[in-house]
Amino acid sequence: MAVRALGWLAGLALVAGLVTAFGYAPREAVQGNVQRIMYLHVPAVLTAYLAFGLVFLGSVGYLLTRRPGWDRLAMAAAEPGVIFTGITIASGSIWGKPTWGTWWTWDARLTSTAVLFLVYVGYLLLRGMIDEPDRRARAAAVVGILGAANIPIVHFSVKWWRALHQPATILGPGPSPIAAPIALTLFVNWIAFTLLLLYLLAKRTEIARLEDTHAG
Amino acid sequence: MRRAWIVVWKDVLSECRSKESLNALVFFSLLLLFVFQFALGPERARVEAALPGLLWLGFILAGLLAFGRTFLVERENDCWEGLVLTPGDKSAIYLGKLAGNVLLMAVVEAVLLVLFAVFFSLDFTGVLPALSLVLALGTLGLAAVGTLFGAITAQLRARELLFPVLLLPAVVPVLLGSVSATQVVLSGQPFGDAAQWLKLLAAADLVYLVVGLLTFEFVLEG
Repeated sequence: MAVRALGWLAGLALVAGLVTAFGYAPREAVQGNVQRIMYLHVPAVLTAYLAFGLVFLGSVGYLLTRRPGWDRLAMAAAEPGVIFTGITIASGSIWGKPTWGTWWTWDARLTSTAVLFLVYVGYLLLRGMIDEPDRRARAAAVVGILGAANIPIVHFSVKWWRALHQPATILGPGPSPIAAPIALTLFVNWIAFTLLLLYLLAKRTEIARLEDTHAG
Repeated sequence: MRRAWIVVWKDVLSECRSKESLNALVFFSLLLLFVFQFALGPERARVEAALPGLLWLGFILAGLLAFGRTFLVERENDCWEGLVLTPGDKSAIYLGKLAGNVLLMAVVEAVLLVLFAVFFSLDFTGVLPALSLVLALGTLGLAAVGTLFGAITAQLRARELLFPVLLLPAVVPVLLGSVSATQVVLSGQPFGDAAQWLKLLAAADLVYLVVGLLTFEFVLEG
């Protein structure tokens, strides 16, 4: 019941996010309507980081307690995390084409997000290849912990790699002093995405729990 | 610590007797050199410009083969059970396997450097001390993750496929750091320019080692 309510809440919040993104937020002066992609892009990446944080939490929790609930949390968070990272990259790409003039550039943030995406795709592939639940949970937990510990290292290495080789050639004007309506719209969409993540988590862990009880 | 040495000793001994990995890896490196030459063409400037990347491409490709095999030998004759049943701290086994991998890679890297020097007529003697430091830090990072992931994938059906898919994105920082530091060393810039990268490599090595030591016992259970 609570899960269903959460689902409705997430749905309502997403509608509110759409309404604010297209109805309330002003048209950005320099970039025009393209800038509205930001209301998808930024909440998606924030939610993805939250999801990967939960993967880490679930992984550590499983190794310490060996309770399958922690593993289900890690698995249920990794899947939407990968999806949200994918949305981040795709929406950034669509935004980049008219703004920077290219679909992809080896900018520091783009590269580190792509690396993050690949790490967690590998995590899901690994999960798919092990059938025995405890072994799968342990192997995945180790990869989940290393992946999370790696995030800051990847971030700095890629940042320096770009900084040392060539100065940032890109980045349009961007909404540096964020106007209040834009900030509010971002906030509404961020809440909506977080609610959506929580709903997906609740649903996925529930399905996994049912699978576990009926399989064994 | 003593048990880590025993693991190293056992692996080095069996490698010395069989020379299974080493022979194949050395010939693999030689083949890589041909591939690089075919890809870049005869122009010398292009080889020199790409040299740091080529070196590390060679190391990581050899490493993918070497690290992936770390625990395969243990699957025969129930050696895996023997390792699991060893009393005491399992992280000693991780350290031993890691040291074995670093040793193996050190030999492969030395051979690859000599081959590069001969086939592309390069001279590494002047930069050897600085280069060795970069190689040591980079190899430790690659091997720390490679040994851990090698143990994870050893039991899988599709391990040849999954091992690189897991390892490569995880070691992106090590590759970026090593290639950049090697670039600094080979281009003759003052060694201080590479300090930032060496610090990054050292930090990455430390994080991977700690994660490996803490989580290895959970991997080994089978």
